[in-house]
Amino acid sequence: MARAALMDFDEALERFDPVIGLEVHVELNTTTKMFSSAPNPANSAFHGAEPNTLITPVCLGLPGSLPVVNGTAVRYSISLGLALGCEIAPSSRFARKNYFYPDLAKNYQISQYDEPIAFDGSVEVELENGRTFTVPIERAHMEEDAGKLTHVGGSTGRIQGAEYSLVDYNRAGVPLVEIVTRPIEGAGADAPALARAYVSTIRDIVLSLGISEARMERGNLRCDANVSLRPRGEQKYGTRTETKNVNSMRSIERAVRYEIQRQAAILAGGGTITQETRHWHEDTGTTSAGRPKSDADDYRYFPEPDLLPVEPTAELIDELRAALPEPPAARRRRLKGEWGFTDLEFQDVVNGGLLVEVAETVAAGASPAAARKWWTGELTRVANARETDAASLASPAQVAELAALVDEGVLTDRLARQVLEGVAAGEGSPREIVEARGLAVVSDDGALIAAIDDALASQPDVLAKIRDGKVQAAGAVIGAVMKAMQGKADAARVRELVLERAQG
Amino acid sequence: MSDLIRLSAAELGAKLASGEVSSVEATRAHLDRIAAVDGAVHAFLHVNEAALDAASDIDRRRAAGEELGPLAGVPIAIKDVLVTTGMPSTSGSRILEGWIPPYDATPVRKVREAGMVPLGKTNMDEFAMGSSTEHSAYGPTHNPWDLDRIPGGSGGGSAAAVAAFEAPIALGSDTGGSIRQPAHVTGTVGVKPTYGGVSRYGSIALASSLDQVGPVSRTVLDSALLHDVIAGHDPLDSTSISDPWPSMAEAVRRADVSGLRIGVVKELDTDGFQAGVRSRFHEALELLERNGAEIVEVSTPNFEYAVAAYYLIMPAEASSNLAKFDSVRFGLRVTPEGGGTVEQVMAATREAGFGPEVKRRVILGTYALSAGYYDAYYGSAQKVRTLVQRDFDAAFANVDVLATPTAPTTAFRLGEKLDDPLAMYLNDVATIPANLAGVPGISLPAGLAPEDGLPVGIQFLAPAREDARLYNVGGALEALLVDRWGGPLLNQAPDLSTHELKATEEGVV
Repeated sequence: MARAALMDFDEALERFDPVIGLEVHVELNTTTKMFSSAPNPANSAFHGAEPNTLITPVCLGLPGSLPVVNGTAVRYSISLGLALGCEIAPSSRFARKNYFYPDLAKNYQISQYDEPIAFDGSVEVELENGRTFTVPIERAHMEEDAGKLTHVGGSTGRIQGAEYSLVDYNRAGVPLVEIVTRPIEGAGADAPALARAYVSTIRDIVLSLGISEARMERGNLRCDANVSLRPRGEQKYGTRTETKNVNSMRSIERAVRYEIQRQAAILAGGGTITQETRHWHEDTGTTSAGRPKSDADDYRYFPEPDLLPVEPTAELIDELRAALPEPPAARRRRLKGEWGFTDLEFQDVVNGGLLVEVAETVAAGASPAAARKWWTGELTRVANARETDAASLASPAQVAELAALVDEGVLTDRLARQVLEGVAAGEGSPREIVEARGLAVVSDDGALIAAIDDALASQPDVLAKIRDGKVQAAGAVIGAVMKAMQGKADAARVRELVLERAQG
Repeated sequence: MSDLIRLSAAELGAKLASGEVSSVEATRAHLDRIAAVDGAVHAFLHVNEAALDAASDIDRRRAAGEELGPLAGVPIAIKDVLVTTGMPSTSGSRILEGWIPPYDATPVRKVREAGMVPLGKTNMDEFAMGSSTEHSAYGPTHNPWDLDRIPGGSGGGSAAAVAAFEAPIALGSDTGGSIRQPAHVTGTVGVKPTYGGVSRYGSIALASSLDQVGPVSRTVLDSALLHDVIAGHDPLDSTSISDPWPSMAEAVRRADVSGLRIGVVKELDTDGFQAGVRSRFHEALELLERNGAEIVEVSTPNFEYAVAAYYLIMPAEASSNLAKFDSVRFGLRVTPEGGGTVEQVMAATREAGFGPEVKRRVILGTYALSAGYYDAYYGSAQKVRTLVQRDFDAAFANVDVLATPTAPTTAFRLGEKLDDPLAMYLNDVATIPANLAGVPGISLPAGLAPEDGLPVGIQFLAPAREDARLYNVGGALEALLVDRWGGPLLNQAPDLSTHELKATEEGVV
């Protein structure tokens, strides 16, 4: 793949004004699918099922089968719409979006077209640098997910060049809400960070509503980023591209930044932007051209005749409105006070998109300081190294368990980091890993004393120094003991014992 | 021929209940009849090998003292549009040849739960697209009154099976007249229930907003009994009505037309209709009038546009409903020589698997839904649909039921209209408005046209949810006519045993 020419980001921003639009797909975690009684793999209880085991005739689009709307999915969608500050339509309709693709069992997708369930909202988003944006929401509509294709035999994993493809319909019919922003103007150089912060805010909202697992690496939350540039001072929007397959918070920021630089280089060179979908490549940090997309794409939408309009009562809407959790901005202010974090500490958490993780870890029994330390420290470090999100590596319950093990003295910080690696590798819960890897602190004084006596015996000069009152000399012995214990000892206890034995 | 096959479903049910006849005997008699005449009629695409087992199961349950419904043990033919476990379900198409579904359509499940014995699957125009059953991928069905003529369509197989005494009763489906028009040309009874009255779950969709499953029989009471079995809310079909239904069989038994206001639709009583069709229609109305009904003329000015609107809405929905036939999950798969991309395989499969009428309608519907044409075609057709509904509302403000001839002509000859789709489409002029408006309709025999000696039907239409009115007026008229004829109209049908030697090789698939 030829590498596209990029313009320096600052120069691009000097010459062009970026306009972005974001489409976020949220997989709801209902027990069953959008239109059938099949178990929903976006609910963690059914995650990871064998291919084509979570299916009914409806999921496969078998002749004669009919969809039936999942009432819980409708309630979740209304709650989400309300949390986004949207109007809720007293009557909305499903429509068929017709196109042929083998992951689409009926060769049409049941979606909402001209009558979405929620519309005209806005979300307040706070950036790392303290800037606050109000992102306008055009609509949030309900639809069904498609199945999953695995292309076998090609070098790229794409359909082009593949020998054959496998289809898994487990995901077919998973309930989705697609949230579409209006064009976001005026972000300037903050556009990439805003894109990231917006998706992070959506994630906070759906997690606090409890309507999605919101794990980006599992595709529970997916973002398509539209980017266009216009020369500074121009009112008319430029031609946009839509970058798909952006499945982590940091990728969203990188992808928007990349598209700004790529488009700027083309426009500055006198070229034109092709309206198309582009694929994000996590490994190279670049986008490549997908299929050309024009506004004339003809999906032959028409009202879904197998379903009645969705007509929530005013009472239901009021009830769901009353049950809404506090808005993310207010929640942030409250949590910062409760946790007693400094501005810097709190920003670390927010910018890492880890607010919900920390809150849930605290709720699971950890101290705020410990929760913050593990999420923004070790887990973030590992996540960055693996180019993924910290939230994908461990669950709040696991981190809380780890913090408890440290508090109990079972683990030192150093051992705890090793346990976290195990958690991130999917080896099980912290306690299980401590057990399996034999990582617990050696609290048996007998074993420690034996190691200390060995060390003192092999370093008689040190022993003499300690006896002379040069207590700092004990460090060399402590180091040797910790090494002998493979780090599985509490250094403070070792120090106590060294001094005791040396005086002995 | 065995007397058992001449019994109505209600009569057979009574004999089964009294123990005079076993279900195995009744089922065997119909299987024998199928073996004897279906080579000539070709009403069946598949005969159920498990029919006798199902019959003996019911006999056992009855012997054990189980309380069974009025149709328990009665054999039934099932239109191939309905999916069935244990029997192929093709909807008359090559693209589903041999496909055995993993589930039963809801009406089929209810029929089985009522103890009825499925005899097999009946022939139909491919995906219910047609008025003659000539568009079946498996060869046409022949009208038992004249084997050179069409049995109507799309449900020609179910109507012919009942008219030829191969089955006492059958299930059909009606999108624009596919139950009522075959009833009209075969001297049988057919009912399209109110839209939402019977679950569509498991009915291979032609046009979702128009399709409705209903009964096919030789008597009005039989249709009512079957209607009572299959009607009712189904949580698997969002468009099915949740309110309970009154007994249709009771409506037949209490049939009384005194004081009933019957509206004759002016726009469907013109010279566009064959003389014998009109004369039998008016004789039937006079008979009802003499028995206390009041006949008034009503006007439904927008019915004129109903056929045009129908032939946009139906193909539009069909083009989408038929998209799933792509070879990926079920049915035929055709791979181009030397292999091909998934797109090429899909195209080759649909090219080979769909017949010309299906392709015509898919192309028409795709066009009608296309951006830039949607408003002019699909959008306008939906507006006409609303106008037709208003015509019905206005008419039913003044009358209890409407009456029309069921179709413009008696059975035409096989092949006669095959090359003239527009002429074929116009067959449905009197039946289509009911589907557009979702109201129920019945067709029952009104006699034979003097000019050709072929059956003629009369159609009654009622407001949505008032299906019982159809059974009331239908039951009353049937009693008066049978009295006049000195027996059921089908007694005048030719004896098919004389045709046995003409049995073709088409046979049973």
